[in-house]
Amino acid sequence: MRDAFGQPQSALVLGGTSEIALNVMTKLAMARCKNIVLAVRNTTAGEEAADTLRALGATVSVISMEGTRPETAAGTVEAGFDAAGGHVDLVIIAAAILGEQDDFDDDPAATAELFTVNTTWPAAAMAALRPRLLAQGSGHVAVFSSVAAVRPRRSLYTYSSSKSGLDAFTTGWAESVRSAGIKVQIIRPGFVHSKMTKGKSAPPFTTDADQAAANIVAGLSSNKLIIWSPPVLQWVFLLLRHLPQALWRKMPG
Amino acid sequence: MIPSSDATLAGWGNTAPSRATLKRPRSASEVAEIISGSSNHLIARGLGRSYGDPAQSAGGTVIDNRGLVQRSTIDPETGVISLGAGVSLDELLRESIPAGYFVPVTPGTRQVTVGGAIAADIHGKNHHVDGSFMNHIESMSVVTPTGTFTTSPTQDAELFWATAGGMGLTGVVIEAKLRLMPIETSYVLVDTERFDNLDALMEEMVTGDHRYRYSVAWVDCMTKGARLGRGVLTRGDHATADQIDLTKPRLEAPGAPKLSIPFTAPKGLLNKFSIAAFNEAWFRKAPKRKDAEVQSLSTFFHPLDGVSMWNRLHGPRGFLQYQFVVPDSASELVPQAMELLSSRSVPSFLAVLKRFGAGNAGLMSFPTAGWTLALDIPVGASHASSVLDELDGMVANAGGRIYLAKDSRLSPHLIPDMYPELTQFQAICDRVDPNHRFASDLSRRLNLRG
Ligand SMILES: Cc1cc2nc3c(=O)[nH]c(=O)nc-3n(C[C@H](O)[C@H](O)[C@H](O)COP(=O)(O)OP(=O)(O)OC[C@H]3O[C@@H](n4cnc5c(N)ncnc54)[C@H](O)[C@@H]3O)c2cc1C
Repeated sequence: MRDAFGQPQSALVLGGTSEIALNVMTKLAMARCKNIVLAVRNTTAGEEAADTLRALGATVSVISMEGTRPETAAGTVEAGFDAAGGHVDLVIIAAAILGEQDDFDDDPAATAELFTVNTTWPAAAMAALRPRLLAQGSGHVAVFSSVAAVRPRRSLYTYSSSKSGLDAFTTGWAESVRSAGIKVQIIRPGFVHSKMTKGKSAPPFTTDADQAAANIVAGLSSNKLIIWSPPVLQWVFLLLRHLPQALWRKMPG
Repeated sequence: MIPSSDATLAGWGNTAPSRATLKRPRSASEVAEIISGSSNHLIARGLGRSYGDPAQSAGGTVIDNRGLVQRSTIDPETGVISLGAGVSLDELLRESIPAGYFVPVTPGTRQVTVGGAIAADIHGKNHHVDGSFMNHIESMSVVTPTGTFTTSPTQDAELFWATAGGMGLTGVVIEAKLRLMPIETSYVLVDTERFDNLDALMEEMVTGDHRYRYSVAWVDCMTKGARLGRGVLTRGDHATADQIDLTKPRLEAPGAPKLSIPFTAPKGLLNKFSIAAFNEAWFRKAPKRKDAEVQSLSTFFHPLDGVSMWNRLHGPRGFLQYQFVVPDSASELVPQAMELLSSRSVPSFLAVLKRFGAGNAGLMSFPTAGWTLALDIPVGASHASSVLDELDGMVANAGGRIYLAKDSRLSPHLIPDMYPELTQFQAICDRVDPNHRFASDLSRRLNLRG
């Protein structure tokens, strides 16, 4: 159960090998979160992640998920709740593909797959989550979006727009569970130096995974719908989203 | 039909709300019907004056005890009255004070029910003389998943002492026989003394509390250095008829709240600075010393009841109350706790410091002999979480414990240390509720049922 500071005791991470999500979980496990389920595509990597959290005293189960097959999303959610013992305080949705824009520009199959993993599967999982959370009478869902979702650009538009879709879906979904006392948050990290972004040119306001996790954990205990990391990006993007396209094109990063 | 609705429920601190089906039975048989007719978690709720999450059960059924309001007249021989669990102390006192009786134990608010008072085994300013609420209960009836039991210190005593302070986990108390205390007037003669530091204050409490039925000190935890823990000690006794001016009505019932806070205050209204300023003003206002001042029972016991819904002043994120007790052998923990909070800039309102007498046989009952300190902390200060974790460890090491009726954030691993009779408690819960039907957000958070 959540405590007065909003700290969860149990969590289900869909996309449990995401580096930022794992850094977030490390911080939560050091506090009250001792019952963790990681749903992962690669169970070897999942077990490695699980060991890091076990070393902090958490009980961790690893279950498998397949983000390219949205018809499995409901089953993954169910298995996740079962592995947690029936009640989950915090669900984190973190599974995503980033890739290089070049790989998607002219590839219909790769484009479709990216949208499946980044948008369709998570949306299906949230549709499966909804009745469960309503029935359990409390809960908190945090969905990883990206600052890139706010305004797609040439260098990353496939990924960015897939996150825009999930971000918009989550905004509406949040309204649908609001009166039931379910807390929903959208996480919009800026550029994070991680294995996912290795070799990419970095724009201003970058963080490393640990700093991003610290910002996110602070955000999770607040009542804000959107968690920006670093928080200053909220103001930066207030401006950037209204820049004329010609200027936006020239922005670094 | 038993009235039923969906409700979002939270404690007085407004911190971790959850949704449940709220049902209001009017009798023991309706309570039994609710238990047998549902398959999810169950817990009773009174007036929701616990600070955290003991009177809510996410996704379950919450049994509102406010429909259980039958009561007898006061037995003129013994002062005993039979009360439905949903009767509030406010309702009781309106009737009993004019008849010349006071409750033997009262918390800082009259807005608590008999059921809540039993489940938390509440204490008042007279614990060092009269013990806690359960010391004054002759018997009670409890509806559980395996039947209805009448219990007293001599009949099914194990269920009696598991229900005392058991936070609703043994079942639903339907009614109880309470021994009231005869009074001649509705006034208290109060001695007030202001102290510039904690040592002098604590010394006076150790040497002088036994001379009074009621004793409590308010201390300022936001000052630093030599003035840390400066405070105001108020002690008193019921005034007898010949001690007060007879132009006053001798036995007057408490009045209704005069003020109400109509909406939740904006976040940050109460912060480190505004709280420190409040504490300062309050301390300055207290007399250095004043003897035998005549105060009404309400002024002395329930000053906060003059403003209803004052918890809304703490803003949308809510607040918590931290209350611990440590044995006399660890009295240094009182200044240490204050120093820790002050040095880490955890804002806290005036804290309440009191000495407890010996505890009773309640397995999960909070009071044990020693010092108890209670402080209000706004949740907005998120660094408070780790500071309080540190304090929990110090309290547990000192052989102390945290009050469950106030808790909203303790870590489950400390419960077996703080409540060494936990396993006996769990065994009795299992006896009357083998399928663990009774569970609250508190019991799940702290793993109280095991
Ligand atoms: C301003 C203020 C001052 C306070 N001062 C003090 C104080 O000085 N000393 C002190 O000891 N406490 C104090 N308290 C705490 C308060 O006395 C307790 O939390 C009390 O339990 C609240 O009663 P309630 O009717 O509101 O119960 P709730 O908060 O609704 O419920 C509390 C517990 O009682 C259980 N319960 C309720 N009814 C029943 C029933 N019929 N059968 C079985 N279980 C039941 C619930 O399941 C829950 O576990 C104070 C609280 C406030 C807000």
